[in-house]
Amino acid sequence: MSLLDVKEVTKTFGGLTAVSDVTMHLEENELVALIGPNGAGKTTLFNLLTGVITPTEGVIALQTDNGLQTLNKVKPYKVAQAGLARTFQNIRLFKELTVLDNVLIAMTAKNKEGFLESIFRLPSFYRKEEALKQQAVDLLKIFGMEDQLDVLASNLPYGAQRRLEIVRALATKPKILFLDEPAAGMNPEETADLTRLIRQIQNDFHITVLLIEHDMSLVMDIAQRIYVLEYGKLIAEGTPAEIQQNKRVIQAYLGGDD
Amino acid sequence: MDTILQQLVNGLSLGSIYALLALGYTMVYGIIKLINFAHGDIYMVGAFWGYYVINQLHFNFWLALISAMIFCGLFGVLVEWLAYRPLRNSPRIAALITAIGVSFLLENGMAYLFTSNVRSFPQVMHVVRYHLGGVSISNIQLLILVVSIVLMVLLQLIVRKTKMGKAMRAVSVDPEAAQLIGINIDHTISFTFALGSALAGAAGVMIGLYYNSIDPLMGMTPGIKAFVAAVLGGIGLIPGAAIGGFVIGLLETIMQALGFSAFKDAAVYAVLIIILLIKPAGILGKKIKEKV
Amino acid sequence: MKKNLKYNLTWLVLMVVGFVLINVLEFGGIIDALGEQTLVTIGINIILATGLNLIIGFSGQFSLGHAGFMAIGAYVCALITTSIATPMGMVIGMIAGAAVSALVALIVGIPTLRLDGDYLAIATMGVAEIIRIILNNLKITNGPAGLYNIPLLATWPVVYIMVCLTTLLIVNLIHSRDGRAIMSVRENEIASESMGVNTTKWKVIAFVVGAATAAIGGALHANYIQTIAPTDFGIMNSINILIIVVLGGIGSITGTFVAAAVLGVLDLVLQNFGTLRMVIYSLALILLMVFKPSGLLGTRELSIRKIFNKFGHSKQKGDA
Repeated sequence: MSLLDVKEVTKTFGGLTAVSDVTMHLEENELVALIGPNGAGKTTLFNLLTGVITPTEGVIALQTDNGLQTLNKVKPYKVAQAGLARTFQNIRLFKELTVLDNVLIAMTAKNKEGFLESIFRLPSFYRKEEALKQQAVDLLKIFGMEDQLDVLASNLPYGAQRRLEIVRALATKPKILFLDEPAAGMNPEETADLTRLIRQIQNDFHITVLLIEHDMSLVMDIAQRIYVLEYGKLIAEGTPAEIQQNKRVIQAYLGGDD
Repeated sequence: MDTILQQLVNGLSLGSIYALLALGYTMVYGIIKLINFAHGDIYMVGAFWGYYVINQLHFNFWLALISAMIFCGLFGVLVEWLAYRPLRNSPRIAALITAIGVSFLLENGMAYLFTSNVRSFPQVMHVVRYHLGGVSISNIQLLILVVSIVLMVLLQLIVRKTKMGKAMRAVSVDPEAAQLIGINIDHTISFTFALGSALAGAAGVMIGLYYNSIDPLMGMTPGIKAFVAAVLGGIGLIPGAAIGGFVIGLLETIMQALGFSAFKDAAVYAVLIIILLIKPAGILGKKIKEKV
Repeated sequence: MKKNLKYNLTWLVLMVVGFVLINVLEFGGIIDALGEQTLVTIGINIILATGLNLIIGFSGQFSLGHAGFMAIGAYVCALITTSIATPMGMVIGMIAGAAVSALVALIVGIPTLRLDGDYLAIATMGVAEIIRIILNNLKITNGPAGLYNIPLLATWPVVYIMVCLTTLLIVNLIHSRDGRAIMSVRENEIASESMGVNTTKWKVIAFVVGAATAAIGGALHANYIQTIAPTDFGIMNSINILIIVVLGGIGSITGTFVAAAVLGVLDLVLQNFGTLRMVIYSLALILLMVFKPSGLLGTRELSIRKIFNKFGHSKQKGDA
């Protein structure tokens, strides 16, 4: 039984098939990469998996403590609550809020409070609030951002914004973390840091990571398995070594005749 | 059957006034995403201009109409230049409040200068009623309908065929890209205000003639209705504004004919809300989904 | 823990001091009848505008229908207090008004809050107009003539207490986990949803709480002015509340207080200008927006916590 099972998922927009008949699986605590040329449908697949759009056909099922849960036609916030968290290709932070608030918001869903508790400021409100803050600070510490708690997200440098997006996703305590081009726009040094970070996340948090990335050295370096998407279809699956040898993949990337 | 046709005629002539006003809203919204709250008051200014030139300068209808269009066009450009241009890079809501301020200023300024009394509009034209079967239509209704349709067609030609029209469309899609290819954004926006305000001026003179009364607050309600019409048809779209205007005009006269005149505005808003819930971008509008 | 108690106690003391101060000034004849009227108007406007600020400034939903919910509160409370003309009746009236208003907000909010930006504004404006037209045609509301001889129960102390209560409600809501969820909707709806926040729910909650406070404002208005008619709750009234919010700074509750006070005093000063009054008012509005587009205070807030921290900090420096 896989942690996440994707069976024959298809998405069409009008007459255009963006994702076609994709079947894949994610196991517990593995690091998988999704690669493919521009316009192959990678982000669309991410959007399908995280509930932003609903599949035209097919089934997405998550293994939970209460058995199998299908995620088709489930609202994104419920998908997130079920344990799937993501970052965005075009950074989507809560820009005018502080770093700390960005992380705290991600913790909201699993730490509900009573309306009356907060309106009347009962002692339990402050106690829970302190505990949450501590958790958020601890999480930010891992990523070296504990000095920037009160900085507005929009004032962070680019690399830090990308990191904050990852922290925010982790704050939802996910089972699976989806990273959409986390290294985009980063210099080699930042990319190296990021590579280390992703590995560390996988180990320390014992979660599964699926990442879309164009930086092949990063992908080949850290991925345990790779899926290759072209024109909305999966054309290959395997270890980095296998993918590097795969003729169809080479052709997809380099083009050329049959 | 006759009464239905009669209401259709009445609805169309009222609707064409809303449509003319809605065009101004839609063009301005399309280009700078501003709900120009003062647009209805430009229409009022047009009506007052018509009142004065006919009474004092003894202009005939056509001269009054054309001079009101020119005056209002220039006036609209002036308002944009003074009040909206400084706020172009500010939050949209600040520009909206400024537009509301301009609206208050025009209403109260006119009331201060000319008192808030209702005046009767000079009748430059003899009312002639034509009877076709059981349907009665006045020459003024015909005039409103014909002038409005001619103006709408002209507008569509300007926007589709002229260089300025192309610039308007370009700026409304992407101002930065338009600037990069050498379009003067300031001129384009001024031109848009001139066109929209000229149409409002024309509507003002015609409504004066039709209802025979004008006052400084006359622009408030039709202004809001016209904006509703623009949203109903699909804001930013010229044919949408025309359709929205006619729909609202017809709806109002139908409600009136059915004896629900107390609820005619409620019906307009109810239809608006229902259409928005079914088609969130209006009748002709296409909803652009945010890309994730 | 202790710190929080200190902050909260400071606010409580400030509220009591404010109340005593104004009463002393009134007793000493420094605040006359016109002054009290201005204070009451400012207070009611604060209640109306903080609720709208919650909707616009914090949840990021553009509502132009606040006067509709104000009307519901005004009519419900007026009808109740007319038959129970006691302070208890006023309390019942306000609660009932807020409840009815919240219910209506819930019913119209769930479908319409899917709309965004200006579409939502125009739809909420439509809702408010429909409410007004219904009030204009019902028998129980006495049609266009409206209700009169409403007992004067919204005296200055009542208004003051309600300003404190509604502000506490909204500020405490904003500065809580729920408040952060509401703000995340404003910041980025898609990201918020992806973090497990039920954005629809929070939009509706902000809208409903805003509507309930608007109803309280309306109830106080009815029982202070003592006559109400549907024309008191038109589009222009919604816009006037919006002006207070934008002028003070969208997303700043302190700004709302300042703007309501500034406009209240401006109105008092302009009393003597006759017909020029509105001309000056509209010019002032345009100039303020042109020169201060983000409002008087932007998003800044008065925070006892920050003042204490600053104070504590400088004292430490002084010691060193």
